[in-house]
Amino acid sequence: MGQTRREMLIDPMVDNNPITLQVLGICSALAVTSSLKVALVMAIAVTLVTAFSSMFISMIRNHIPSSIRIIVQMVIIASLVILVDQMLKAYAFEISKTLSVFVGLIITNCIVMGRAEAFAMKNPPIDSFIDGIGNGLGYGFILMLVGIIRELFGSGSLMGFTILPTVNNGGWYVPNGLLLLPPSAFFIIGLLIWGFRTWKPSQVEEREYKIQVVDAH
Amino acid sequence: MEGLISLAVKAIFVENLALSFFLGMCTFIAVSKKISTAIGLGISVMVVQAITVPANNLILTYLLAPGALSWAGFADVDLTFLGLISYIGVIAALVQILEMVLDKYFPPLYNALGVFLPLITVNCAILGGSLFMVERSYNFSESLTYGISSGFGWALAITAMAGVREKLKYSDIPDGLQGLGITFITAGLMAMAFMSFSGVKL
Repeated sequence: MGQTRREMLIDPMVDNNPITLQVLGICSALAVTSSLKVALVMAIAVTLVTAFSSMFISMIRNHIPSSIRIIVQMVIIASLVILVDQMLKAYAFEISKTLSVFVGLIITNCIVMGRAEAFAMKNPPIDSFIDGIGNGLGYGFILMLVGIIRELFGSGSLMGFTILPTVNNGGWYVPNGLLLLPPSAFFIIGLLIWGFRTWKPSQVEEREYKIQVVDAH
Repeated sequence: MEGLISLAVKAIFVENLALSFFLGMCTFIAVSKKISTAIGLGISVMVVQAITVPANNLILTYLLAPGALSWAGFADVDLTFLGLISYIGVIAALVQILEMVLDKYFPPLYNALGVFLPLITVNCAILGGSLFMVERSYNFSESLTYGISSGFGWALAITAMAGVREKLKYSDIPDGLQGLGITFITAGLMAMAFMSFSGVKL
């Protein structure tokens, strides 16, 4: 184990972010970010499910026959997601309505499966738990960022509180309606990835074709 | 019948699973580098979707919904909370069976689609299709239509995306935007294009 636990927790935030680098769990990252509150709830739910599923899978990792491991992992993850779903329905019904199918889709969120398969199957429970939290936070971090941009500039508020008074309510800010629509999430994440990779050039992907200047003479 | 046709058109264009609900994005981004593989994956998704959505509809109607177990004498049992785990179980099992059947009876098809089938179990588009079926309470024929057409919509989107990406790799893109970044922005532009269908009503 080359990494300390602290590194395990911090690493997935920027250096090895599940969304911008590992390309995991994008579905929900795009769909639930039109307001910050929903994004926050989703981030917490995913972090909890990832952490606990990693821990449980790691506990029984030596007893799972490898031919049926996917099904076993699925069952553990699905049970945890059912818990989260029922909790949300009981205590935060409004938010659970907005999230609609996306709570259920945490089951197929690649982060959860990906961490279970790549980390929890090989490491002890506590490490796996921390790794799950770390990856959940890395995911949540991007979700928050996109959520803040979309809600602030799309409807001039954060968590439902008005920050930029909009023209409709007698203020000065003309909201950018595009940011509330699905395509904007793609653009924001694309630009975020651009920013991250300019900051950390080691994450840049190799070009398949190099553009060369050919001397005309 | 008219209702079914408009449902199909809606599922393919207006409410495209990939571009307006972002389902199956992981595979959408990861497996859209070549048109031929994209078509293979698209067809597999369509087939699996066409089987699992109606199958889950039957499970819901005859096992899980409140009062569904009255044929077995348990009229007041409500098992809907077991929904998620049963749907994913049905999907995993059906994908496994489909893989074995294809392997035994249609080897060429198996060789073409084989690598994608395990991927499909964890594709959000499949589970998403079933969950939308539950949320919108479709009946059996509606869910059959919805399964086929939403799968088709997804296949259409990934094939178009692969077409764009095949050309895109020759272009001069800033270093940080290379690969993943530009793919996202392309997908965003495609989603905007698909939004123009949103006024369509049949």
